Amino acid sequence: MIHFKKKPRVAFFDFACCEGCQLSVLEMEEKLLDLLSHVEVVEWREVMSEKSDEYDIAFCEGSITRKRDVERIQSIRERAETLVSLGACASISCHNALKNRWPMKEVVEMVYGDSGGHIDTIPARPVSDVVPVDYQIRGCPVSLPEFETVFKHILTGQSYDPPNQPVCVECKLNDTLCVYEKGMVCLGPVTRCGCNAVCTAYGDACQGCRGLIDEANTEAPARVLFREDLHPIMAEVARKNPLTRKEILAKFTVYNDTSEPDEEEESSDDNA
Amino acid sequence: MTTHNSIAVHHVTRIEGHGDITAEIKDGTLEQVRFSVVEAPRFFEAFLRGHHHHEVTHMASRICGICAVSHKCAALKATEAALGVDISDQTRLLRRLAYHGEVLSSHILHIYFLAGPDFFDVPSVFPLVDQDREMVRRAMRLKNLGYDLSKVVAGRHTHPIAMVAGGFTFVHQAENLEAMKDRIAEGLNDLQDTIRTLQGIDLPDLERETEYVSLTHPDRYAFYDGEILSSDRDEPVSPDRYREVIEEYAVDYSTAKYARWNRPEYMTGALARFNNNYGQLTDGAKTAAEDLGLTHPCHKPFTNTIAQVVECVHCLEDARDLIDALVNGGIRPGREHENVKDRAGSGVGAVEAPRGILFHEYEYDEEGKCLSANMVIPTAQNLANLEADMRAYVPVIAEESKETITHRLEMLVRAYDPCISCSTHVIDLRK
Ligand code: SF4
Ligand code: SF4
Ligand code: SF4
Repeated sequence: MIHFKKKPRVAFFDFACCEGCQLSVLEMEEKLLDLLSHVEVVEWREVMSEKSDEYDIAFCEGSITRKRDVERIQSIRERAETLVSLGACASISCHNALKNRWPMKEVVEMVYGDSGGHIDTIPARPVSDVVPVDYQIRGCPVSLPEFETVFKHILTGQSYDPPNQPVCVECKLNDTLCVYEKGMVCLGPVTRCGCNAVCTAYGDACQGCRGLIDEANTEAPARVLFREDLHPIMAEVARKNPLTRKEILAKFTVYNDTSEPDEEEESSDDNA
Repeated sequence: MTTHNSIAVHHVTRIEGHGDITAEIKDGTLEQVRFSVVEAPRFFEAFLRGHHHHEVTHMASRICGICAVSHKCAALKATEAALGVDISDQTRLLRRLAYHGEVLSSHILHIYFLAGPDFFDVPSVFPLVDQDREMVRRAMRLKNLGYDLSKVVAGRHTHPIAMVAGGFTFVHQAENLEAMKDRIAEGLNDLQDTIRTLQGIDLPDLERETEYVSLTHPDRYAFYDGEILSSDRDEPVSPDRYREVIEEYAVDYSTAKYARWNRPEYMTGALARFNNNYGQLTDGAKTAAEDLGLTHPCHKPFTNTIAQVVECVHCLEDARDLIDALVNGGIRPGREHENVKDRAGSGVGAVEAPRGILFHEYEYDEEGKCLSANMVIPTAQNLANLEADMRAYVPVIAEESKETITHRLEMLVRAYDPCISCSTHVIDLRK
């Protein structure tokens, strides 16, 4: 990791995504202005007209889904000392990789019929699958306290590892009622925390947006619903969610589709 | 002397998503102009298939970070229609409140951060941090007020958490809602300052009457619900029939599909809503329009941004009334969502996203799994109208320098506040 001697130049780039992560960053108000006073923002297409080829830190949002984006991220990687994947799309591919279940040609046909021949699309991958990433900020969208922490780590040359404990830990710290007690299926036990368990705090289930913890026991959520002597709470969950084992495992794919991209890249460039 | 101006803007900045402008001007005559969408498509309509409706509505907001609540509401309404779910009045009031928050935050982002720098002659909002820090603070305050209005309803604006088919997964606290009223009062003051700031600006003068399409509702200025209305027609049409009235067509010079109804193009968004539903704006919003010199009806596309300011006032004034209605009604723990049953069916959800009319349509099987999905986003519907405005505008500015023409065309694109990251299928609207 490098330590910056003069004000580092920062650029924001986006690939296939909803741009919700960079928008969330704008929510930081004064804190953002404070953070940015330590750097020089040289490119941020969403909010700036200026563009620049020279930068030290690149925040990259979104998944890589086109051949030309592979080249673009590679050239960003070459220029930037430090590359940060901003959010779930860039770090774990978010929903974007769900299309990888089908050959690209079929995906294009499903959406564009036979007029989609010009569309350039390849199986979606997170940025970190295409180029080395120095810092990951997870979440859909990123959590702002974590963005701030990572930003400071970068400026001070410290490394940062995303938390690797399950969301349940934060639920307990927050004294949140476990949603299993309400009959819902939750991915919190196998999902990385760091979001302050925000979804369960509002009574909703965790859908796994921060990605699986390392060595997650993904079989467990299915197993606890198929035991012989189910605890009444779990019996109620099983009754309300008549899921097969396969369907429970499929829930993980919403954010963590790890099925191997079909490398056959039958895309052609569009005329853009 | 022959002059030939060829204009190409790759990745127009300060818009949501990626788009390019190209124009060929020869001897002051426009040969061709287009705005092309170059966003990487994400194929929501394909990959939502097979997922349970609970996951579908969860994922749908991820189509767009700016209009997350709009996509969420369109998806919920379509899903509820498909599953035959009725929602309570309380849920409807809450969704409308979250909606007002989104319209405010989205419009403010556009007014100050995307379009605004053109008004103050700076390349971005950042130089203004030093030049006019109080104005930047005001912009951020207003934007966060919008977020927070969505947040008291749904836990987060991007992306809403507790909004599910049938209602909400938590019980709203009256005091949290009530607490927003002071912030709303502060926000309305900030909007008065915004109006003062914008009174001095000089917008390019382009007038071109077109067809204006928006939702319309008998009781209120339509955002969350209503029927489809065209300024060319007297009677609105049910959203279920959107495929019959809104025709998608191809043009030979672009890969994009365009949308038309009664004319070759129509406009949707703040100005269209202002034109179609002016009478239902709150009094404060009407006064704001007057103070900003926006008269009804208005056929100047650049004033779309001004219509957004008017809508911000409307949303805050109406949000105050919604909070009163919710609190005075006594908030009940709505648990309707727990009774939602899977069944086969299909449904359409239509809402007014900040940038215009938005349709979601889903078909589910008896297990509640998605068989097909279709979305028609506002920016796709506006493309044809944007290009028609460009064709009308270029001859007016053809004698200007290339830089000026380029800049003005960029401003025109920004006035539409295009939101291309929606990119569900902006390139082609076929199912
Ligand atoms: S991670 Fe989520 S919020 Fe962030 S850009 Fe991707 S879809 Fe949007
Ligand atoms: S609600 Fe989910 S994350 Fe929280 S404790 Fe229960 S299972 Fe874990
Ligand atoms: S609770 Fe789960 S889905 Fe929600 S933000 Fe945290 S990790 Fe993401």
